[in-house]
Amino acid sequence: MRGRLSLPPRGRTVVRLLILIVILAVVLYPLLWMLGTSVKSREEIATNIGLWPDVFTPGNFRDGWQNFDVSFGRFFANSAMVAVLTVVGNAVSCLLAAYAFARLRFRMRKIWFAIMIGTLLLPGHVLIIPQYVLFKQLGWVGEPWPYLPLLVPQFLATEAFFVFLMVQFMRGIPYELDEAAKIDGASPYTVFRHVIVPLSRPALVTTAIFSFIWAWNDFFRQLVFLSDLQDYTVPVALTLFIDSTSESAVGPMFAMSLLSLVPVFLFFVAFQRLLVEGINTSGIKG
Amino acid sequence: MAVSTAPPAAVPAGPASPGPASRRGRGGPRRRENIAGYVFLSPWLLGLMGITAIPMLLSLYLSFTNYDALTDFSAVKWVGFDNYRTMFTADPSYWHAVRVTVMFALIAVPLKLATALGVALLLNRAFRGVGLFRGLFYLPSLLGGSVALAIVWVNMFNREGAFNSLLSVFGIEGAPWVNDPDWALETLMVLAIWQFGAPMVIFLAGLKQIPTELYEAASVDGANPWRQFRAVTLPMLSPVIFFNLVLETINGFQGFTSAFVLSNGTGGPVDSTLMYSLNLYIKGFTELQMGYASAMAWVFLVAIALITVVLFSTGRFWVHYSDGEDR
Repeated sequence: MRGRLSLPPRGRTVVRLLILIVILAVVLYPLLWMLGTSVKSREEIATNIGLWPDVFTPGNFRDGWQNFDVSFGRFFANSAMVAVLTVVGNAVSCLLAAYAFARLRFRMRKIWFAIMIGTLLLPGHVLIIPQYVLFKQLGWVGEPWPYLPLLVPQFLATEAFFVFLMVQFMRGIPYELDEAAKIDGASPYTVFRHVIVPLSRPALVTTAIFSFIWAWNDFFRQLVFLSDLQDYTVPVALTLFIDSTSESAVGPMFAMSLLSLVPVFLFFVAFQRLLVEGINTSGIKG
Repeated sequence: MAVSTAPPAAVPAGPASPGPASRRGRGGPRRRENIAGYVFLSPWLLGLMGITAIPMLLSLYLSFTNYDALTDFSAVKWVGFDNYRTMFTADPSYWHAVRVTVMFALIAVPLKLATALGVALLLNRAFRGVGLFRGLFYLPSLLGGSVALAIVWVNMFNREGAFNSLLSVFGIEGAPWVNDPDWALETLMVLAIWQFGAPMVIFLAGLKQIPTELYEAASVDGANPWRQFRAVTLPMLSPVIFFNLVLETINGFQGFTSAFVLSNGTGGPVDSTLMYSLNLYIKGFTELQMGYASAMAWVFLVAIALITVVLFSTGRFWVHYSDGEDR
């Protein structure tokens, strides 16, 4: 023990780096294996233990894309629409609510705020059945447009994480700015429009990125509310591969799985710093 | 920011006190702000009522009925506590799912947090490439909850999967992990632990907050690194550990996607991955026993609330808050 601890600083750094590299290899292995398998032929998936294929088989992507009666292009378009509208809904509705909580004085504010914090800890799966029943009564489930149950909640600031994140951010904006604007006769609406919204851009960007990734990865709600093949989003469509037990589908299944992660990965590459700092300031889960 | 003679705009601790000016106004402006507050809050209020509160009450009502999603609402029959009685006394799959879920959370959450803390300690030094490590360790937290990654995981741990190939290199014959009732849940635990990046990042931020003077003082007193970890790092980090523990426990109890993908929505093999949420989905949306599933949801809600309360009450004994800093 003593001997190891008394390593010279340089030696200790090397040991630390070696350990980190080993952990990193374990962490990255599944992702690299997915990448390799997505371009392996059916025979190689069964026989080739190595990460990379001997014969590069990009045909998996073509086969996967067309594997079902509806092409994956449609599924990607559906997912993109849901994710983009979720981003818009969350950004707008959470911004409005956060402004009220952070900067305005109104009756019962503390009570509403406490309730909002309470909903942070509310497990979403608890509400799925009554929501399904309610949305069905409203005629929102299935025809004519099955995405209402997925999107309406996002336009009503039900994602309390983002409200909380924005409240925390807005509290950091100097109150002198509001006061100055008010002395000039500005209404709360003007202050919102010309002071708070422009200054809240960092919180808005964080919210936008996380709500895109969450909506893109979401499975539970999309599984419950989408029932027609042509309405499926990518995660729901991917589960169809599990149903078809044939060995031949493994390569295409990996190809489509890999493609489905590309948008999230691009967000990660572009906003790595912001994502890592975003979870720091808010404690948000990835 | 312009230099102001006023004291720095401190971030208020509660939702209270938005600036002195708003308090000063006469009846008119205050009333106007009151109305504005509710205007801005209205989408959230509507959501609270329509998406959260009313469904919660509806689900409470349904939990006392035999509602099955097929018959009309008017034909719904009140069954009293039957659903709850069945759940607790006559449905072995219910208790099985509880056991699976508790086991999953009890093993996966501590291991995930320990991994996150360990790696955070290794990364808590300035060296070149530290940002790259941090980012790459965080990546699985963004990807790991997806169906795609669950598919990868299942294939990695099946009989012909990469894991067994790896074992065979060392001459070990593996098991058909995901098809083996003794191992299927463990593979899902590994998938959860693999996503240690998010708590790790929060630990790293917490470690940065610990004043270096404390370590200097400890090392002057002759404390070795292990002693420093016990006496300085752990107590100073305890609020962050607590925060991560609450968050990860609540998340751990709600596992769904990976179990669904592994078992193709059945909870198999032999119910070994029948997580609570998956069981609830099967009862509600496969078997259409929505009244019964509502009762399950309410018990779940109460259980999660109780666990949170228990965590918070034990927290008083081991979570150390430094003076004036109220997290």
